[in-house]
Amino acid sequence: MLKLINIHKCFAKGTSHETNALRGIKININEGDFLTVIGSNGAGKSTLLNIIAGTILPDKGRVRINGQDVTNKEEHFRARFIGRVFQDPLMGTAPSMTIEENLALSIKRFGRGLNLGLNKLNREYFRNKLAQLELGLEDMITKKVSLLSGGQRQALTVLMATMFDPKILLLDEHTASLDPEISKKIQSITQDIVQEKRLTTIMVTHNMQEALRYGNRTIMMDRGRIILDVSGAERENITIDYLLKQFSKLRKEDYIEDELVLV
Amino acid sequence: MTWSLLVHALEQGLVFSIMALGVFITFQILNFPDLTVDGSFPLGAAISAKIIFAGGDPFIAVIWAMFGGVLAGGLTAFFHTRLKFTNLLSGILTMTLLYSVNLRIMGKSNIPLLGKVTILEVIQSWFPQLSSDQLTPVLFLFVVFSVKFLLDYFLGTEIGMAIRATGDNEQMIRSLGVDTSGTKIIGLCLSNGLVALSGSLFAQYSGFADVGMGIGTIVSGLASVIIGRSLIRNRGSINWMTVSVIIGSIIYRTTVMVALRYGYRLGFQPGDLKLISVLLVVISLTFPSFRGKIKTIILNNGSNGVENE
Ligand SMILES: Nc1ncnc2c1ncn2[C@@H]1O[C@H](COP(=O)(O)OP(=O)(O)O)[C@@H](O)[C@H]1O
Ligand SMILES: [Mg+2]
Repeated sequence: MLKLINIHKCFAKGTSHETNALRGIKININEGDFLTVIGSNGAGKSTLLNIIAGTILPDKGRVRINGQDVTNKEEHFRARFIGRVFQDPLMGTAPSMTIEENLALSIKRFGRGLNLGLNKLNREYFRNKLAQLELGLEDMITKKVSLLSGGQRQALTVLMATMFDPKILLLDEHTASLDPEISKKIQSITQDIVQEKRLTTIMVTHNMQEALRYGNRTIMMDRGRIILDVSGAERENITIDYLLKQFSKLRKEDYIEDELVLV
Repeated sequence: MTWSLLVHALEQGLVFSIMALGVFITFQILNFPDLTVDGSFPLGAAISAKIIFAGGDPFIAVIWAMFGGVLAGGLTAFFHTRLKFTNLLSGILTMTLLYSVNLRIMGKSNIPLLGKVTILEVIQSWFPQLSSDQLTPVLFLFVVFSVKFLLDYFLGTEIGMAIRATGDNEQMIRSLGVDTSGTKIIGLCLSNGLVALSGSLFAQYSGFADVGMGIGTIVSGLASVIIGRSLIRNRGSINWMTVSVIIGSIIYRTTVMVALRYGYRLGFQPGDLKLISVLLVVISLTFPSFRGKIKTIILNNGSNGVENE
C-alpha cells in the first residue's frame, strides 16, 4: 500500500545548521493498517509525513503508493491518495472562507471545473456530516472559519481530509495543541471516521497511551531512524513503562556517543 | 460642485472600477501584490487605439486589448511560478517591459482618437434618441455590472474557489489537490485581462492613448479596493466585496476630481494628481482607526474630555 524505500533527508546541507532529519527510513504499510508514530522532538516524524505527502522531496530513496512510484510527483498530485490533518489547527482550513466553502473545496481532489462549488445537494450533505460531529457546526455553515475555535477548526479539517475517501490518512499530532476535553472529542471523531471508512492511517502522537491504544502497529523514531517497530501479539504486551525505558536508554546512548566524540 | 463634474466622476469611476476589480483579484483574493497593472492598463489602451486609429472594428479592438492583458498577466505568472522570482519582482519586470512594448505597438508616445469610430460612437448610433451624457454612464454601468456578475459567478465555481483558497491558505489547498501555480496563473491572467479592458475603454472614452497613462494605476486601484473595504468592513461575501470595489472606485474618482477642480484654493496643481492619490490611499488605509478616534473624541466630549483607551 505505502512503501518507503531507504529515505534520506538532510536540511541545510553544508551549513552549520545541517540536520539529518531522516536517515534511511524503510517501512512497508499494508492496506487498512493504522500506524502510530512516537518519538522525541526533532526525531523526524513530521518530516516523514511531509515526504509521504510530497510537501518536501527526499534526497535519496523512493516513495510508492499503491504500487505507483510517486517519489517525484508533486504534492497536489498525491492529494488524490492522501488526506492530511496538521498539528496547527490554522493550517488545515481557509480562514476567510465559510465552513460550507471549505467543505466544498475538499470534495474533489482533481478535475475541478466551472461548476458551482456549492449547490443545494452538497450543502445538505455537508450539514448532515457536520451534525454527526455534534459540535453545532451545522448551524453556522455560512460563517467564516476564522470565527471558529481551534477544536472546531480541527474537527472541520478531519472531515475535509476524509471527505474524498483517501487511500492514506496522515495525522500529525493533530490534537496536541487543543484542550484535553476537545482533544478527546477530536480524537474520537477521528477514530470513528477511520473505522467507518477503514482508512489506512499514520498517526503521529506524543501521547504514549494513545500510541498503544489506537491502531495495530507502533513505531518509535529517533534522530531520523525507526528504532522500534511493533505489531500484533508483541505490541499487545508492550506497556507505556517499556516505551519510556526505551526512551531513557536512547538518551543514555546519546550521552555515551557524545562523550566518545569529545574524546 | 457641478452636475457635469459628478457625471464625469461617475463615468470615470465606472471605467476604472474594472481595473480595480482586477487589482482586487490579485491583492485581495490571491494575496499577490501584482504591479503588472501599471503596464497592462496602457497596454489595453495602446492595442485598441492602434486598431481603432487604423479604422478597425472597436469591438474587436477591445477583445485584442483583453487578450494582450491576459498575456501580460501570464508573463508575470511565468516569472513567478516557473522562474521562481518573488511576486513583486515578477510584476515589476513585466510592467517595465510593457513600457517598451506599448511604445512599439503605438509607434509613438500618443495616439489621438478624436473623430475615430470607438465603441461609444457605434453604440450611440444604435440609440440616436439618447444624448451621449445619458448613454455613456448607462453603458458603463451595464458593462461594469456584467463584469461584476461574471466575476462573482466565476469565484463561486470549483476553480474560482480554489483560486480564493490559494490566497487564503496555500499549503492547505495544495494538500487538497490544487496546483497553486495553476491557480495563480489563472488569477493573474484574469486580473490583467480586466485591467487591459479598463484601459481600452478609458482610451476610447477619453479619446487618446498615451504611453505614460499607466503611471500610478496600481495606486488608484488599491485606493478603490481599500475605500470599498472600509465601507463594508466584515460583511465579506464575494458579491458584497465586488460591489464595494466599484463604489470605492467611484468615491475615489469623485474625490480626485473634486480635489483637482477646487484644490487650487489649497495650492494644488494639476500635476499633483499622483500626490493626491497617494494621500488618499494613506488616509483610507488609516480610515478605520481614524473613524474610531473620532468616535472616542465625540464620546469623551460628553463626559470629561479625557481619552480612556
Ligand atoms: N524545513 C526545515 N528546514 C530545516 N530544518 C528542518 C526543517 N524541517 C525540519 N527540520 C529539522 O529536522 C529535524 C526533524 O524535524 P521534524 O520532522 O519536524 O521532527 P518531529 O516532528 O519529530 O518533532 C529537526 O531537527 C528540525 O529542526
Ligand atoms: Mg512534528
